[in-house]
Amino acid sequence: MTTMTVKGSRHRTPGRFRRGVRRNLTAYGFLCGALICFAFFSWYPMVREILLSFQQTNFVDEPTWVGLENFGTVIDDAAFADAWINTAAFTGLALVFGYFVPFAAAIVLNELRHAKAYLRFVVYLPVMLPPAVGVLLFKWFYDPGPGLFNQILDLVNLPALSWLDSTDTALLSLVIVSTWMNLGTGTLIYLAALQSIPGELYEAAELDGAGLFKRVWHVTIPQTKLILMVMLLLQIVATMQVFIEPYLLTGGGPENATLTVAYLMYQYAFNFGDFGAGGALGLMLMLVLMVFSAFYLRISRDNQS
Amino acid sequence: MSNVTVQPSPPAPSRRPGSAPVEAGRGTRRRRKEAAPQFRGVVSPHTLKTPRGRVIYWIVLVTVVVGFTAAFVFPLYWMVTGALRSPEELAQMPPGFFPESLDFAVYAEAWDQLNLGQFLGNTLLYAGGALLFTLAVDVTAAYALSKLRPVLGNLVLGLMLATLMIPPMVILLPAYLTVKDLPILGWDLLNTPWAIWLPAAANGFYIFLLKRFFDSIPRELLEAAQIDGASASRILWSIVLPVSRPIIGVVSILSVVTVWKDFVWPLLVLPDSENMSISVGIASLSAQMPQNVLIAALVIASLPAIIVFFVFQRSIMAGLTAGSLKG
Repeated sequence: MTTMTVKGSRHRTPGRFRRGVRRNLTAYGFLCGALICFAFFSWYPMVREILLSFQQTNFVDEPTWVGLENFGTVIDDAAFADAWINTAAFTGLALVFGYFVPFAAAIVLNELRHAKAYLRFVVYLPVMLPPAVGVLLFKWFYDPGPGLFNQILDLVNLPALSWLDSTDTALLSLVIVSTWMNLGTGTLIYLAALQSIPGELYEAAELDGAGLFKRVWHVTIPQTKLILMVMLLLQIVATMQVFIEPYLLTGGGPENATLTVAYLMYQYAFNFGDFGAGGALGLMLMLVLMVFSAFYLRISRDNQS
Repeated sequence: MSNVTVQPSPPAPSRRPGSAPVEAGRGTRRRRKEAAPQFRGVVSPHTLKTPRGRVIYWIVLVTVVVGFTAAFVFPLYWMVTGALRSPEELAQMPPGFFPESLDFAVYAEAWDQLNLGQFLGNTLLYAGGALLFTLAVDVTAAYALSKLRPVLGNLVLGLMLATLMIPPMVILLPAYLTVKDLPILGWDLLNTPWAIWLPAAANGFYIFLLKRFFDSIPRELLEAAQIDGASASRILWSIVLPVSRPIIGVVSILSVVTVWKDFVWPLLVLPDSENMSISVGIASLSAQMPQNVLIAALVIASLPAIIVFFVFQRSIMAGLTAGSLKG
């Protein structure tokens, strides 16, 4: 990807050369907007992230180098382990609901001959809502007094739950909102993948005497293996960055039960004013997520070759 | 990976806008039925024709329709009608399915009390500006990388695509510090729309989508214009752009929806209440509002998104399957 192409260097006739220079000048003229935007808002912040985690910044004096001190602060914090455990638990639970359910839903949707457009529209509706709206809506549903969920539990004669207020259910409640808001994405992507499976494969499997579940296992899953892997990795990377749910629903509580890494990072910077510690935690999160990104790159590269 | 790309078959030009990218919508289904009446999935068409198969099919269909409606439409119904219920009615056990009265005054109240007009106007300004900047910056960049192929072009492209591997949360703090005090220039962009517009334009994914589309435009088309003496910007404007309407539609929708939905970034860079976006504004005032007023505000905030989805369903779903490659 980083190989350079130096064109026009073979034939050094003056006209060609001049045209080459002109072409390059025009090209960089077109590129300069993007180069400026990327330099300021993408490339520089990436470098700054690394600097930040090794510096002490108070926004008055020049930042000072403090070595690994920020990392020490972060690791010694009692909340550190909580945040990572919660983030891992959130990601795991979100996978249980948000990974298998959309795939199963897509397989069923793909078999239906009616109401498909309606179902596709409806499943994607929550994805279109601004996340803050979805989250605040569920905050109301979770109301431990007369919220919708407790009203439903009451209708079927089950005891009311305290949802966001209990350490047992708070994290699960966050997973439910997050899954509700994101289910549609996976479902529609899988559905698109399923539609491209040639029907002859199912026919052949059927002639070989494969039942319904065998056909799913031996045809559907191998045919969608790549997209399943890609979505798995993308979903892990996306859910590990969870922020808005704890920010709006619980503030990390009760007793740190919903404190996530991204939220802790935010707290360091904007509640405690310690951007160094926040940067250090962000760098750790980046390294963890990079592992998954690397897998993703490898899969897409293997597939291309 | 052919099933997850927006990229159409090479002769892109003749396509209707929005028709190609994803096989979505009714038209496509009908066409497919004509071409291949035997479309089949896991279940064999024979089984579906037997009386038992038919009964099972209809049971599954009804279950799925009812289940999806309950899971995805009912919460929205509850939101729209919840706003119409008085606090006492909201606390009632068990609640009635229909609200006791249909008094829409609460929506007007929410509009005034939460200052929704201003928040919506702000969000529109941020999303519209981001759209313009994204198109101006990313289309020209993708064109230069695809058709003008300058020295070091591949390196530049590689660096732009590399940003897709960086999770956005991770560079949240340094990006905030950058916007607060722009290096070299020393400008403070906090509380200005620039803090939304410029970072929105630095999007490697849009450049990737656009460049891949431009790559598929046949060379001969551009060379003919070049021989006629057209300049690079003229070729971009009168040949490349008209031909690229589908992909520009996808990128436009993606960029507007992304800015509209974003929460964390506007929360940080637009802290003053008169500059807040709709999501941040409602969230910041949510604690002080009576329950039904807050819910009315949520309804108003979700309306634009739902309308946009209704109108641009195809482009949005096309962008989604393209988006599955996103890092």
